[in-house]
Amino acid sequence: MVMITKRVRLTFEGEAVKEPVIYKMGHEFQVVTNIRMADVEHGFGWVMLEVDGEADEVERCLSWVEGLGVRIDPVAGDVVEG
Amino acid sequence: MSFATSLLCRECGNQSELAPLNACDFCFGPMEVTYDYDVLGGLVTRARIESGPKSIWRYIDLLPVDGESIVDLGVGFTPLVRADNLARRLGMRELWIKNDTLNPTWSFKDRVVAVASSRARQFGFDTLACASTGNLANSVAAHAARAGMRAVVFIPHDLEAGKIIGSAIYRPTIVSVNGSYDDVNRLCSELADNRRWAFVNINMRPYYAEGSRTLGFEVVEQLGWKAPQQCVVPMASGALFVKIHKGITELADLGLIDASLVKMIGAQAEGCSPISTAWAAGTTTIRPVKPNTVAKSLAIGNPADGFYALKTMEETGGAGVTATDEEIVDAIRLLAESEGIFAETAGGVTIAGLLNSLDQGLLDPDQSTVAFITGGGLKTIEAVQGKLLEPIAVEANVTSFENAFAAAGVG
Repeated sequence: MVMITKRVRLTFEGEAVKEPVIYKMGHEFQVVTNIRMADVEHGFGWVMLEVDGEADEVERCLSWVEGLGVRIDPVAGDVVEG
Repeated sequence: MSFATSLLCRECGNQSELAPLNACDFCFGPMEVTYDYDVLGGLVTRARIESGPKSIWRYIDLLPVDGESIVDLGVGFTPLVRADNLARRLGMRELWIKNDTLNPTWSFKDRVVAVASSRARQFGFDTLACASTGNLANSVAAHAARAGMRAVVFIPHDLEAGKIIGSAIYRPTIVSVNGSYDDVNRLCSELADNRRWAFVNINMRPYYAEGSRTLGFEVVEQLGWKAPQQCVVPMASGALFVKIHKGITELADLGLIDASLVKMIGAQAEGCSPISTAWAAGTTTIRPVKPNTVAKSLAIGNPADGFYALKTMEETGGAGVTATDEEIVDAIRLLAESEGIFAETAGGVTIAGLLNSLDQGLLDPDQSTVAFITGGGLKTIEAVQGKLLEPIAVEANVTSFENAFAAAGVG
């Protein structure tokens, strides 16, 4: 069982802002979440989040989050095609 | 010796020692290198810089690298070309092109990778790595070869073979990931924590970013120790835009030039313009997008430095502008046909952004302006294929030639 810590930036738009996503992450999955920085305004929000847990469980949890339409980016690095 | 002193979080001000660091340990914000400006103020002079090599390393005092560690491919000090033909067409008095197509791997990425790889060597890394298919991978692979370090390049599995020749030639290890670019980048972020590898834009990012300041330094020096009045810079993450301005203002802070306001215009492709869109909306909230543009090297949907780019626009009286893919291609041709410089699509974004800025009254045509061309056109020839003049077909005799030439209307 490999324990990992993932640092991610979650971006919420539209209806996803109203969902208690981080609360559910902690209740429906065996992970510990820690908010480091966040901003929420009307219809848009982002959270810098640390997610601790067993590797597969963290992946399962983040896949579930993505399935809600929440964008997940790593804290560092850029997604670039060219 | 390096005059870099620490890493400082741009968000919360948390200070860290100089180490390979993805992000602030406290708030996950971006880290930036700080320098001992008290010492630098007394040490750095125009003469000292002018006595240095014709590369970015003439500015080594202002970079976070010790002299013994540098990986030197002869990067930088690229031509600053006065573009009188293009200026005349656009009704401008003084237009300059900073031609970074002439770097060793034909893009400005050589600057940031030179600094990142040098600092990585100083930290004792033996492997450089990145997630990229284009300019960044080319430069990482080339610098690793030069430094005698291993290079590992991560790509999505469905990438065309031709797209990786520019990196594969240097013999890096290429890892084909069964996933999208998002997946590749996420994997690299995890590996940066687990492997003692220098991911140039992840755990080496604070040092990597410093290389872009050399564009600002060079432009000032090449203009005769004078800042331009206006700059047009293409934006992907926004880091280049911010750092060019920082480079110019640092030279003023060090007393090497008079302080002056430099209007900074950032240009993005319309199909990936989260920063310019936020600017137009009058907000500092950057909403991520899914890139859809021919300008692949600028296709960053969630720009890490977007907020800081917007701040720079506001502080300098600048703006963010966009250009359509069609405008980008036309601009590539315009620059080539008027000044003999063949830019990749990012350069097309710069020139199209310049044109659109003039149209919108955002630039003063009578002020000195530098347009930054960040990569060479041979890297993105597919963007202009089929849009150029076809050859004139003739038989192997003078009559056929004269007839065909006259029919083509070319004299």
